[in-house]
Amino acid sequence: MDGTTLEQTSKSDAQREAVIRVRNLTNQFGPQVVHQNLNLDVWRGEVLGIVGGSGTGKSVLLRTIVGLNRPAAGSIEVLGVDVLNGPEQERRRIERRWGVAFQDGALFSSLTVLQNVMAPLREHTGLSESLMCALGDLKISLVGLPQLSCGKLPSELSGGMRKRAALARALALDPEIVFLDEPTAGLDPIGAAAYDELIGELQHALGLTVFMVTHDLDSLYAICDRVAVLAEKRVLVEGPIEEMTKVDHPWVQEYFTGPRARAAQEKGQDR
Amino acid sequence: MTQPVIQSDRDANGVYLRVSGDLVTQSLDMVEKAFEGFRADSNELTVDLSKVGALDTGGAWLIADVARRAKASGANVHYEGLKPAHSALLETVAENIPDDPGVATEKRSFTDWVASVGERTAQAGKDMLSLLGFLGLTLHRLVRTILMPRRLRKAALVSQMEETGLKAIPIVALMGFLIGVVLAFQGATQLKQFGAEIFVVELISISVLRELGILLTAIIVAGRSGSAFTASIGSMKVQEEIDAMRTLGLDPIEVLVIPRVVALLIMLPILGFIADLAALIGGGLMSWIDLGVSPGMFVTRLKENTGIWQFAIGMIKAPFFALVIGVIACWQAMQVKGSAQSVGQRTTASVVQSIFLVIALDALFSIFFSVMEV
Repeated sequence: MDGTTLEQTSKSDAQREAVIRVRNLTNQFGPQVVHQNLNLDVWRGEVLGIVGGSGTGKSVLLRTIVGLNRPAAGSIEVLGVDVLNGPEQERRRIERRWGVAFQDGALFSSLTVLQNVMAPLREHTGLSESLMCALGDLKISLVGLPQLSCGKLPSELSGGMRKRAALARALALDPEIVFLDEPTAGLDPIGAAAYDELIGELQHALGLTVFMVTHDLDSLYAICDRVAVLAEKRVLVEGPIEEMTKVDHPWVQEYFTGPRARAAQEKGQDR
Repeated sequence: MTQPVIQSDRDANGVYLRVSGDLVTQSLDMVEKAFEGFRADSNELTVDLSKVGALDTGGAWLIADVARRAKASGANVHYEGLKPAHSALLETVAENIPDDPGVATEKRSFTDWVASVGERTAQAGKDMLSLLGFLGLTLHRLVRTILMPRRLRKAALVSQMEETGLKAIPIVALMGFLIGVVLAFQGATQLKQFGAEIFVVELISISVLRELGILLTAIIVAGRSGSAFTASIGSMKVQEEIDAMRTLGLDPIEVLVIPRVVALLIMLPILGFIADLAALIGGGLMSWIDLGVSPGMFVTRLKENTGIWQFAIGMIKAPFFALVIGVIACWQAMQVKGSAQSVGQRTTASVVQSIFLVIALDALFSIFFSVMEV
């Protein structure tokens, strides 16, 4: 929550602080090995985009880091705490310092949008009802939803609005790290661009670290400071998106120099 | 984390509000009341933030809210010692405070209540029509399936028969056995008083074969399979699977409802028969132990004094009960809307309604058969 760390992506390795440190991670479902000896660092204050072909385990990596999936081997440290083997209490405390927005929102279907956003506040803070309500309103307004949607049920919202509401809930406790799973999938180009912009703005205003699984080349060019490519069961390359075109690997070449990538690149430069 | 503290003092230049410590969502409960109670009763308010450590949107909201209220009462607000990182956040939050915060909680008046009674009555009428429509639709598809047996989903039917029938045998048999035991035991105590112990055979056979066996089986099946039907088809409705089926040219009634209803139509009589058998065994055993009526005597008396009609009347009712349970469960599932909560409500309603209707139907049958003198 220290705004001075925003510019750190340009600094040397020694100066930047890793908020997520994944070492030698191995994930296996039956005979199928998804990750093998995967290493990844996420620096404070950056937007990291995770890309990879279908089935390379992008979502599995996200779920593993937030503790929804137990890996076969390896270690994961988030904000200096070992989330796999650390003491229960510390892990609980860490969970309040990150927020997760799932692909389809995963909002509680029996609660209104405002109640959804207030749910973590109600659970983890001792604030009064009126303040929780006000903070819920603020978060909903921050993600660009109209006040009218506060009282609506998730089933009454469009897909894009549900994604925004999910982001509002993820931000409810003012986390330091936000995990986004395919945030722009299923949105129209205008909605997706607006969502990218929103994430960028919030990241600057709130000093967030964003871990984003995405397929959207536009998002990668527009807001990601760094990109990590998952392939061959590990992080194949990581670095600024401009460097990706120089990587000599067939999939990476195809992904970052294909016609869609070129279009996205031009668009990204226009901004 | 340092505890947040606020102090206010005033001098000739106006009121000062000094905030120190970490002002983050987790710790706001310590200063919330103080912020709420703070009133800038001056035209100049200076908010000193130089000693603030960490600040997040929750803390920024409290400060922005104080500033907003002060401005509303006509005061000039200045910030002092504002760190650059905090200033961007404070600005973003101040911009995003909604004009009319908080969704007002609705108050219900008496007229609202009267209106809701009317709405529910009208809804009950509509539901009745919709249920009748669904019954008609199911019967139509059922007849079509009988005329064109190729349309029947055989794999689904067999799996439903296993689920609703085979797997229900242990509980149904145990229930029947216990009912027989209870009837024999209670009947014997009463009948002994006037030396008519032997009539316990008729008591058990007639009440079980004619009424209790099939009725209690239907109630168990309604609770066991009816709820499963509603929950499974209902969750498919939530996931838009039913709509997907329609777009693929599949008829949800034919694919989902018919196999379940047919499975019940076949399995409920069989389960009822098993319950009858178990009840007779339980009753016979208890009569033997408690009254000394030997199994041979029990069977002879059963054959002589309990006509086949007693058993037939019970069995005739079975398919009707099966239809009621299957149609109500599937209809309720189709009424599911949107949320997981709706699935739960509909499942409860499905069980309650089908049990009620099974009992009501049983009463009607009872009257019908006594008028027909069988």
